[in-house]
Amino acid sequence: MHPLFKLAGDEVIVADDTFIDVADEDAIPEGDVIVSLTRFQTEGEGLLAGGRKIGVRIQADEAVEDLAYDLPRLSLVAPVFPKYRDGRAYTTATLLRERLGFTGEVRAVGDVLREQAGFMVRCGFDAFQPADGATPAEWRAAIHRHRHVYQRAADARPPAFTERRA
Amino acid sequence: MYRYDAIDREIVADRAAEFRGQVERRLGGDLTEDQFKPLRLMNGLYLQLHAYMLRIAIPYGSVNAAQMRRFADIARQYDKGYGHFTTRQNLQFHWIKLADTPDILDRLAEVDLHAIQTSGNCIRNVTSDPFAGATAEEVDDPRVWSEVIRQWSTLHPEFSYLPRKFKFAVTASAKDRTAAKVHDIGLALRRSRDGTLGFEVMVGGGQGRTPYLASTIREHLPVGHLLSYIQAILRVYNRHGRRDNIYKARIKILVASLGAEEFARQVEEEWAKIDAPTNDLPDTELARIRAAFTPLAFETLAPHAGAYELAKASDPALARFARNNVKAHKVAGYGIVEVSLKTIGATPGDITAEQMDVVADLAERYGLDDIRVTHEQNLVLPHVKLDDIPAVHAQLAATGLASANINLASDIIACPGLDYCALANARAIPIAQHIAERFSDADHAEKVGELKIKISGCINACGHHHVGHIGILGVDKKGEEFYQLSLGGSGAEDASLAQILGPALPANRVAEAVDQLVEAYLRERQGEERFLDTFRRLGMAPFKEAVYAPAL
Ligand code: SF4
Repeated sequence: MHPLFKLAGDEVIVADDTFIDVADEDAIPEGDVIVSLTRFQTEGEGLLAGGRKIGVRIQADEAVEDLAYDLPRLSLVAPVFPKYRDGRAYTTATLLRERLGFTGEVRAVGDVLREQAGFMVRCGFDAFQPADGATPAEWRAAIHRHRHVYQRAADARPPAFTERRA
Repeated sequence: MYRYDAIDREIVADRAAEFRGQVERRLGGDLTEDQFKPLRLMNGLYLQLHAYMLRIAIPYGSVNAAQMRRFADIARQYDKGYGHFTTRQNLQFHWIKLADTPDILDRLAEVDLHAIQTSGNCIRNVTSDPFAGATAEEVDDPRVWSEVIRQWSTLHPEFSYLPRKFKFAVTASAKDRTAAKVHDIGLALRRSRDGTLGFEVMVGGGQGRTPYLASTIREHLPVGHLLSYIQAILRVYNRHGRRDNIYKARIKILVASLGAEEFARQVEEEWAKIDAPTNDLPDTELARIRAAFTPLAFETLAPHAGAYELAKASDPALARFARNNVKAHKVAGYGIVEVSLKTIGATPGDITAEQMDVVADLAERYGLDDIRVTHEQNLVLPHVKLDDIPAVHAQLAATGLASANINLASDIIACPGLDYCALANARAIPIAQHIAERFSDADHAEKVGELKIKISGCINACGHHHVGHIGILGVDKKGEEFYQLSLGGSGAEDASLAQILGPALPANRVAEAVDQLVEAYLRERQGEERFLDTFRRLGMAPFKEAVYAPAL
């Protein structure tokens, strides 16, 4: 099992994972769960009625907009990186934050590597399950490696053009 | 050129430091080659047949003298004393040691240069007009917009892991010197009838194994909305471009499979949802970027340059150079001087460290410290006083750079091919050399006139053979190098894709076949027709016969 890192301000902390990631073929256990989008679409009402916290895994080829009306009831959305080279999850996270206004946890799962940590944070991810054995200190260093950014993204970082006016 | 401020410098320095760390982890054994490969590829470092190749970004093909001298230093210290300019307006060093790359990047950063996004499935170096800021044809300076795109796309968090590499071209003249229609996005600046500046947005062009010309999805995008609109295009592509097959992953395949109209509809729909005011560049920043381009101190000169005219009258070599390599400048008394890197017998695009130093000196002394790289693998001194051209010509001649063959048959584009490239089927450089030798008679070459020959060593088409008036593609036939000829392509404003002439030819037949094609053209041409025009009028038949009939 990969560790769970979370952003806490400028810091990266190791967090307890209170969610159980449930594969489609497995029965739903007690407690807080992360399920696939398809499972959420068929069983979501029942799961939510159980009073637990629900997270949804979004595969790279799934449209996050399909979750739009359910987002207020979700605690967590987990865009999947099937390979680190597959950049669709960056758009998924960006849309969650910028367009759909999701304020819960956006967790990077799958082929999650520290080289991508900076981009992930800029696209709105605030939780990560690194697959490369990175330490929180390495993760933090990767996030803060660049002193400036040129463009606006889903985070609050001021781009170079606003820094220049300051 | 665009002058970096402290922020631009720190961004480049941070990236160089990041790469140094990655190289150290590789050399120390913390990273395997498999793990390191994607990291080095994000920074332009390829492993080729004989050594590492480092590709350095030359944003929109613009460099100054200090930067050119730095290339010369790097060529001498870390390579074999030369470098290679590519069809992407970049510079490649082919004989690099991995352990040296962090130092090379530091030395580049000292003169505001880098290798960021010169490889990988990200937004690559923006192509622009090598005559920008010098030609009277342009409606605005395309470098300003190229720099806007450069900054926006640098380390873009959402668009650094696209399905495939992504290339922009920005042009602002009626004459297209960027091959905009074979880019993923081609942007043509135009002024509408009411005077507002906008982009014609063309999407989905490309070469490779399935060539396409870009389709126009918007006739007139107001310039202020550039960033939000390209964000919409990139987002549609990032989500829907194919990732299951590397050969179908470019945006051209998405545009072709959806149809340009449907693709445009999806882009417009996405664009409507983007909050344009926060995503478009503020006018203040646009003005800052515009002002950060060094203002040039042109002198007020008479349009008639007496010394230049006299020198041309007495020196036929200079007169020939003037006819072929000097183009009209927007300021009276100045000229745009093209420096050919296609000396007959040499490797197209190659330049020695000594030659780089000479070009740097000339730029500083006579050329307002400005040098451009063209996608046709030549250099340009965009602002030279006409009366200085004799001196510039003499100094170029002394270093072997005065070939008066711009746009002529020996001005050949060729990719590195089997001499360097691990993907190649066949050599491209020796073929280019053999063809060029057939046009070593300068009078003959001028009589033939504009003829664009482009050679690729494999189907990836880095040598742009699809848009050659004569395109030549290296293919492998049972382990032997063969060459497929095609005719009628153009990467300019009259863009078209070349059509296959006939069965592939063995290496020793290629130069002869080009001769036969040219002879057929000379027989058939009417008036001022170029080779391309004659081909377009007559079609394939007379050319096919010229090459294949003698064998029957
Ligand atoms: S066209 Fe082929 S051989 Fe030539 S540089 Fe590109 S990949 Fe290499």
